[in-house]
Amino acid sequence: MSRNRVSYTLDSTLETVNSAETTASRIATEAGFDDDEVMKISMAVREAAVNAVLHGNAYDPGKKVTLAFERTGRDLVITIRDQGKGIDLNAIPDPLAPENLLKTSGRGIFLIRSFMDEVEIHPSQAGTEIKLVKHVHGSTAGGKEASQ
Amino acid sequence: MTMKASTRQIDGVTIVDLSGRITLGEGSVILRDTVRDLIGKGNKKILLNLGDVNYIDSSGIGELVSAFTTVRNQGGELKLLNLTKKVHDLLQITKLYTVFDVKDDETSAVKAFGK
Repeated sequence: MSRNRVSYTLDSTLETVNSAETTASRIATEAGFDDDEVMKISMAVREAAVNAVLHGNAYDPGKKVTLAFERTGRDLVITIRDQGKGIDLNAIPDPLAPENLLKTSGRGIFLIRSFMDEVEIHPSQAGTEIKLVKHVHGSTAGGKEASQ
Repeated sequence: MTMKASTRQIDGVTIVDLSGRITLGEGSVILRDTVRDLIGKGNKKILLNLGDVNYIDSSGIGELVSAFTTVRNQGGELKLLNLTKKVHDLLQITKLYTVFDVKDDETSAVKAFGK
């Protein structure tokens, strides 16, 4: 996989969520991932885009979502950035806790972490940036996670 | 990309045949409206046939949970039928597979509802 990067600046709309998923699926396919991995990557990107559009930018037409894909020799690196208030990681409940199983929301980041090899979440007052990494050819890091 | 829902009745059980994607937006809204409409009409035995649902996101999962609790809070029952592998795997990793009553045969699923 040759190294190259592409980025998009998108409106805070539902169309952006669908577009992010479709683009992720295409780029992951081009990068050589199999169908199962492509589904996981595109779903992780969709969930991150949902968070950026809904919870970050809150559909504000004046705020944008930035989506970037970088193919390195070893990884597919995806970055999604919003212009919201910054996610409070401590406020995210464990969706697998018995008392939370019947909650109707709060599973997005859990699914992202389940589907990607590395996940970094960087909240700030200028917005939240989430970096998703999928290793090529199964060179996984055992679901390594990091958050800041 | 859109989801479709149609309903039919067998032995007092309403089977909702769903197809497409249950995702944030239209798919989730269609599921929510369908279940609310059934409850409003007094249909409290609901079997959601997900055999043709090829994709579901966290919003769709939340909508399934909402449907389950809504029906249960009205004294009814909601079961799931014919999960695709993708949906099955999603319910497994979110630990919801054991929360829902999941069936893979329509006839026995209908019989499993209380009288």
